[in-house]
Amino acid sequence: MRRIGIDVGGTNTDAVLIEDGQVAAAIKAPTSEDVTGGIFEAFARLKATRALGGGRVDAVMIGTTHFMNAVVQRRHLSKVAALRLGMPASASLPPFCDWSPDLARLVAGGVWMVEGGHEYDGRPFMPLDREGVHQAAREMRAKGLRSVAISAIFSPLDPSHEREAAAIVAQENPGAAITCSADLGRIGLLERENAGLLNAALADLAHDTIAAFEAAIRGSGLDAPLFITQNDGTVAEAAQARRLPVYSFASGATNSMRGGAYLSGLADAMVVDVGGTTTDIGQLRAGFPREANSVVRIGGVRTLFRMPDLISIGLGGGSHVSLEPLQIGPLSVGYRLPSEGIAFGGTQLTATDIAIAAGLIALGDRTRVADLDRATCARVLGAAQRMIEANVDAMKTAAGDVPLIAVGGGAFLVPDRLEGVSRVIRVRHGDCANAVGAAIAQVSGEVDQVFRDLTRADAIAKAAALAAHRAVAAGADRASLQTVETEDIPIAYLPGNAIRVRVRVIGDVAASTGRDR
Amino acid sequence: MTLCEITLEDIESLAVGAWILGTGGGGSPYLGLLNMRRLYAEGHRVWLMPAAELADDDWVAAVSNMGAPLVGQERLTDSRTIARAVALMEEHTGYRFRGVMALEIGGGNSIQPLMAAAHLERPVIDADMMGRAYPEAQMTSVAVGDLRPCPLTTVDVRGLEAVVDKVPSWKWMERVSRKICVEYGSIASTCKAPRTGREVKHWGIHGTTTKAIEIGRAVREAQRTHADPIAAILGVEPGKLLYQGKVRDVERRTTEGFLRGRAQFAGSGDWLGAAMRIEFQNEWIVAWLDGEPIAMSPDLICVLDSVSGEAVGTETIRYGQRVTVIALPPPRVFLTPKGLAHVGPRAFGYDIDFRSVFDA
Repeated sequence: MRRIGIDVGGTNTDAVLIEDGQVAAAIKAPTSEDVTGGIFEAFARLKATRALGGGRVDAVMIGTTHFMNAVVQRRHLSKVAALRLGMPASASLPPFCDWSPDLARLVAGGVWMVEGGHEYDGRPFMPLDREGVHQAAREMRAKGLRSVAISAIFSPLDPSHEREAAAIVAQENPGAAITCSADLGRIGLLERENAGLLNAALADLAHDTIAAFEAAIRGSGLDAPLFITQNDGTVAEAAQARRLPVYSFASGATNSMRGGAYLSGLADAMVVDVGGTTTDIGQLRAGFPREANSVVRIGGVRTLFRMPDLISIGLGGGSHVSLEPLQIGPLSVGYRLPSEGIAFGGTQLTATDIAIAAGLIALGDRTRVADLDRATCARVLGAAQRMIEANVDAMKTAAGDVPLIAVGGGAFLVPDRLEGVSRVIRVRHGDCANAVGAAIAQVSGEVDQVFRDLTRADAIAKAAALAAHRAVAAGADRASLQTVETEDIPIAYLPGNAIRVRVRVIGDVAASTGRDR
Repeated sequence: MTLCEITLEDIESLAVGAWILGTGGGGSPYLGLLNMRRLYAEGHRVWLMPAAELADDDWVAAVSNMGAPLVGQERLTDSRTIARAVALMEEHTGYRFRGVMALEIGGGNSIQPLMAAAHLERPVIDADMMGRAYPEAQMTSVAVGDLRPCPLTTVDVRGLEAVVDKVPSWKWMERVSRKICVEYGSIASTCKAPRTGREVKHWGIHGTTTKAIEIGRAVREAQRTHADPIAAILGVEPGKLLYQGKVRDVERRTTEGFLRGRAQFAGSGDWLGAAMRIEFQNEWIVAWLDGEPIAMSPDLICVLDSVSGEAVGTETIRYGQRVTVIALPPPRVFLTPKGLAHVGPRAFGYDIDFRSVFDA
């Protein structure tokens, strides 16, 4: 098995070739404005290492912050038609009601609210107003809206109204990109709907970006399927990633954590990923990042869906340092470090300059930072250490010391001894942990639906078989599949022993030999 | 007549202050706040009237939302439903309400009277019946005063309406109205038994809307100016600083529809080495410092984020959070033997005599 993992970061695009479980090559290339340029460059540099040779590559896995950045920077967003099924409830708080006006102006293409939705116990809240949905879909078409987000009251419990409405919208508006909020899960209508609206706003960008990635792979002479890394440590095939781009949010941090786990052999640990501008801190549980269970703001929008629990702080290799009073970050020279840092002939004192003066790393010209005495360095590094310690502690869910894996290009800012940490682990290729995490990501298949007239055991077995089928269809190797989550909730009100079953299976990416592409 | 306009800034402050007066429970005021922002954008305005200015024979509506927070998060809050509960009570009784007041100033129910007032164009009476949040219907000043518990109106957003016309006690009211609420889908907007101006003046807990706004304003101003929000709260309220530290452990269990459990803290600063434990039933009920009970209901125990000054709720408190614990003085009505029987430590199953942190 040979896989290429690529992480497109804000500053660098990292790439690794993993061959039979080992890192065969690792490179860094500057991220380009047009995304594909950086990927072409990464492929070219990988080829230059000769490790790639002429051999076959089974998969290319790309992690990208592109979709998250689009929301934060308000760029490349599509106009969205919001369809909510829940009248007469919720009317005074329509979709987009808690968005900042600037983002709402860009994204809100229209709001339609019709009767529908369910109760917490599975009863319909109101029957679905099918004619109302037809009418809404026709109006969306008349307004030229091609991207639609559908939400319904308690759809995570019973998604049937959203599904039916989606079918009607597709019938009236062929080719429309439709997001159902039930696909993003989680109770909390406004926050789940917001995640759906953001997803729908990314429809065009997801289409174009993934097409560009595929073109870059082909243009580099590779014949391998494209996978996009998701924020739970798995990958999605291009088609799936195009449909649910929000699941790539924060996948870079997830990849770093998974890469850290893989390179260190530890499944339960804290991971600190120090980049150029920020440090991400997260916790690995059984090899995967712990999920956040609370509202996460993305570009100012309150959302609630599957996201890793992360703390990001403004500490990185490029962080501005001022001495009186002592302040590190959040401003950073970022990718301009090799020209703006003092040790590199620039004028901005950075965290990297301090590390060079303290002898932690050999970079640039040490004589340029010779006037930074030992006490000053200790003061700055001590402040960085306290920032890391406080946030590692905040990320814990229980008292007790934990092992900590330090990765990322700025990992030298993490000292060997930290309060609340049993040991600090550094790994080879730790500066490319994110690309390693992308390369080793697995494929999942998930089922979440209501079964009737089956025993509990039969319903779970049926769901597991369906999930396995989906994982294989998504590119997983059947022999490697394992069930990672099973959950069942009886739905008391519905007749016929109704039970809602959620099963998730995970497996390795299948070798592409014999794959029908 | 001194009617004072409540500005949108006041309502933003109210949401922060009411969450603090929620003493760990009461539900988030966020959806109510969103409704008020929209109502103000549409041109609605709300006025505040001191309880002392009510005439003895005025009628006042006391409102609250009842039910499961989970359902509220899916159905959201529609400002018109609570207004309809008040209108239904007027239709049922033939009274015309002088104003609308909160049952519970702590948490999300603090905003309900404002939503009703905006639609009905009546003032909000500056008073409530708890001065904080409490989990049960008999834990109110009017129940302590043995005032009539009925009638009560319940409204569902789909137009379902019911009136509980006669019950002999507050406990019966809780049982019967809870059943209706469950059938509605576990959420209902309710207008409690109408109160006369005389009753509100005697049994209402006065000035609590203003108090919540002032606390919230102090916190928000401190956040804006990077000042200490805890000091800001203690600057506007005669409260007492009890403890500073970090959450060390949280245990939660859901029993009989209540969230029960305890949070344990490790001290910092002046409290380095001192351990605090606070037990909760939806709200913070009793705080122990190194094994000694030092604060208990009806004293208000407020657990606040040490940096932002905002309340930390019993549902969401988690390991590692840096918190400051303060106590605020309880309404006097709860300090009588009858009041303590309703909301003192024994009402929550603790065999402890009530001792206020403010007596020391």
